[in-house]
Amino acid sequence: MTPQSSFMILATILPARETELRQLLATMNHEPGVFNPANTLIPFGQFNTLHFARILILDDQSTNDITVYGMSRVDYPIYLAILGDCDGPADHFLAKMVEIAGTGLRSIFTHCDEFTPGADLLTWVKAHNVSSAANYVNWIGRTVRQVGEEEALRQAVEKFLQGNSLRTLQLQQQRVVLKKFVSTEQQAGRLRLTSPEKTPIGWRLQNVIHLVGMPILLLIFSPLILLALPFFLIQLRLLETTDPEVAPRVDPAHANLLASLEDYEVTNQFSAMGSIKPGLFRRLTMILVLAAIDYTARHIFNRGRLARVTSIQFARWVFLDGGKRVIFASNYDGSLESYMDDFINKVFFGLNVVFSNGIGYPRTRWLILDGARDEQTFKNYLRRHQMPTQVWYNAYPGLTAHDKHRNALIRAGLENESMTDSEIQEWLALF
Amino acid sequence: MTETSASVAAVDFSDIQGIVRFGYGQLKDAIFLLLKIRDAGAACSWLKNAPITTAEKLSHAPTTALQVAFTREGLQALGLAEDVLQGFSPEFLSGMAGHESRSRRLGDIGASAPQSWRWGGPGKVPHMAVLVYAQRGSLDEWVQTIQGPAWTAAFEVLDCLPTSDLGGAEPFGFQDGISQPTPDWGRVRTPAVDELEYGNLVSLGEFLLGYPNEYGKYTERPLIAANAHASSVLSPAEDQRDKLDFGRNGTFVVLRQLQQDVRGFWRFVDKQVASDPRARETLAESMVGRKMNGDAILPPGTQSIVGIDPKTVAQNEFTYDTDSDGVRCPFGAHIRRANPRNPDLPSSNGWLDKMLHTLGFNNPGYRDDVIASTRFHRILRRGREYGPALSPADAVADGPDTAEHGIHFVAVVANILRQFEFVQNSWMMSTKFDAMTEESDPLLGNREAVAGCPFTNTFSIPQETGVRTRIVDVPQFVTVRGGAYFFLPSMSALRYLALVGATKVSEGS
Repeated sequence: MTPQSSFMILATILPARETELRQLLATMNHEPGVFNPANTLIPFGQFNTLHFARILILDDQSTNDITVYGMSRVDYPIYLAILGDCDGPADHFLAKMVEIAGTGLRSIFTHCDEFTPGADLLTWVKAHNVSSAANYVNWIGRTVRQVGEEEALRQAVEKFLQGNSLRTLQLQQQRVVLKKFVSTEQQAGRLRLTSPEKTPIGWRLQNVIHLVGMPILLLIFSPLILLALPFFLIQLRLLETTDPEVAPRVDPAHANLLASLEDYEVTNQFSAMGSIKPGLFRRLTMILVLAAIDYTARHIFNRGRLARVTSIQFARWVFLDGGKRVIFASNYDGSLESYMDDFINKVFFGLNVVFSNGIGYPRTRWLILDGARDEQTFKNYLRRHQMPTQVWYNAYPGLTAHDKHRNALIRAGLENESMTDSEIQEWLALF
Repeated sequence: MTETSASVAAVDFSDIQGIVRFGYGQLKDAIFLLLKIRDAGAACSWLKNAPITTAEKLSHAPTTALQVAFTREGLQALGLAEDVLQGFSPEFLSGMAGHESRSRRLGDIGASAPQSWRWGGPGKVPHMAVLVYAQRGSLDEWVQTIQGPAWTAAFEVLDCLPTSDLGGAEPFGFQDGISQPTPDWGRVRTPAVDELEYGNLVSLGEFLLGYPNEYGKYTERPLIAANAHASSVLSPAEDQRDKLDFGRNGTFVVLRQLQQDVRGFWRFVDKQVASDPRARETLAESMVGRKMNGDAILPPGTQSIVGIDPKTVAQNEFTYDTDSDGVRCPFGAHIRRANPRNPDLPSSNGWLDKMLHTLGFNNPGYRDDVIASTRFHRILRRGREYGPALSPADAVADGPDTAEHGIHFVAVVANILRQFEFVQNSWMMSTKFDAMTEESDPLLGNREAVAGCPFTNTFSIPQETGVRTRIVDVPQFVTVRGGAYFFLPSMSALRYLALVGATKVSEGS
């Protein structure tokens, strides 16, 4: 199995060159919201290990919100961020990206502070790679190559089924026929089903240490945690009853700009940022909560479902500015309205636990209750913090997480040694 | 957006336009007039005297009915203040064809794109819809009556949408309008966070503004400062007593003119089954998800469903729990998409199971628990057909058919985005509904290409054994010819509008 990793190259944009940078990034699109794979700046499509990528200009529209706490607004710099989700170690990918798209990357980074064109690009890029506080992968181990091969497999079998009725055959025989068809196609070189690579030992070891280490840490600190818990809860309820909501109606121009970048295919991007509520309490809560999410995403929710949500392909939370701000970036199937519907109806508790530490979030109770269930306030809050994604790349437009899962199950059914009739029936129902 | 109080006020039916409560099924003749307001003053005096039908139950069923609704443009033309107008939802303000991204989501692209609409497209948005209903044979007379002296000065008629009575069937020949949510008129419902059973009794706030919705919240609508001009006709908002509720007892009407290719539909189906009339009907029924006479394909469930009209048990007392493999009613059947009849959580045995479901466990199949909860996405349908009847047999026979057939789809919803647009986008048009692929709604789908998808024009019929049957190259049967979002004001909001309009005119003169 090849595990996935993510990268986020973060650099400060030179204020004087922001407009120019926006224009440059726009050349990577056919039209706003539609990536041009043939663009010469960064031809993301040439990397056969890249699932999703995006380029963002992190211009936080909500920095004023801190004034509701009587504090003065902080003028953060505007950042450029290049995010990607890839197969294998991020460093390998970055090296390849620098190799193939070095010129394009340089021309982008010349708009940024601290970039010296003469410096070694890879070293610079690696030094500016920011790791996520929490990372979610819909299916750990599913590679770009696998997705492509398995979709080709499904389409081939689909075509075969259109031309050949198996209805008169016994179930077992139907599978034999399909297996034979696929193996003929493979031999003829028309289909390829590459075997998964061995899981890297280093990653496995790390994973086990992480799996066991976190609970052990928790156990060691449990007396402390128990002691602190009542104080935590009292403080939490105090804050929850006083923290102000900031979720006014979204400016129609902002909403239209965001909508104009969405729904060109079946998957969409979501990029948002905001500030964490002032004080150590919220900062610490956020760190702990994101660590817990990262843990569950890595060890529990790594097989197609993030709790009940099946529509998220990749997602991540990243701290910025010494933990004062957070970015959330995701790739999800369906439209924003259905995405928010999932949030509100299926995982509101998960959303509340994280985002209620952000300034202006709809009021929660006990960290998990209410919050996102205030549907319209929550939707306003979300759109308010959402930012336009300047460039967005999807290796497989048209394929949802469900599609990828189903295709893998189709393949698994072909590669199984033997199956019972009822297993075959279930398998045939996948088409 | 505060919680509901324990004691709730009874609903004042005399303040609500009747279409929210009644479909006027007995009034077989109807015409929908799309108007432009020529003169706000004249329009206001017409409004003041218009015999608009309310939702009150009368001792005798009415023999005529009249309803009026306004687009954003219409409210502006009448003189509604901009700050009041801005209290409406963004989708109403933007309009059905107001933004390209909305058209993409609604599937209004290709032949259905607003640019080629007869009405409602760019530069063709009407100000008002006047829905006129009468008993058979008396419509013309009623239209004359309602027009009154101010009419000609007040309005320019942009379009007339005539309707026809096809005996309760829509133009393809299927009995229609059978499943409707039951609004909670008695205000007895307090929805739980997780409703574990599918129910048909739906919070009033889903269909009327000013009442709690399925989240127990008040949907956004214009609220007016209590001391504002001409506000004596409005009542205070339940959730903000210091504000007057312009929206209360009003709601939105989504009107879409959908042209149906009746010939194309039956000829396509006929071709699939080698012209066997019985098989033709069976295939069409599996595409719709109902028998042509309106009966359910699935047998009634063992448990009764809250809020199902006792008269429609044979048609409506079922869920898809008994058909989890889609063998009896295909996953993609029209009515299974439009109303998946699922509760908030998969059915659970005991609290532990429920907890596991909440966390996303206990889902053995890859398509388990993927559809959104139905109760947040219900719509009241009040549509009317147009064009002559054409039976399946006549539709497949040779011969010219120059007549246009279709439906003037009318949906009544309090939240256009979460109800109508969600159903249209995520359930009807989506090629990925219920973890499927390469097919959209068998009736409504536009079959337009989707980036990365080899097909969008198939229809799958799961089989008890073996691979499902797949119908390919399904053509487009339905083309959108017009559409707009309207606000259907309460009687008091109409009085308010008449007042502000009249004032605006007198100020201007």
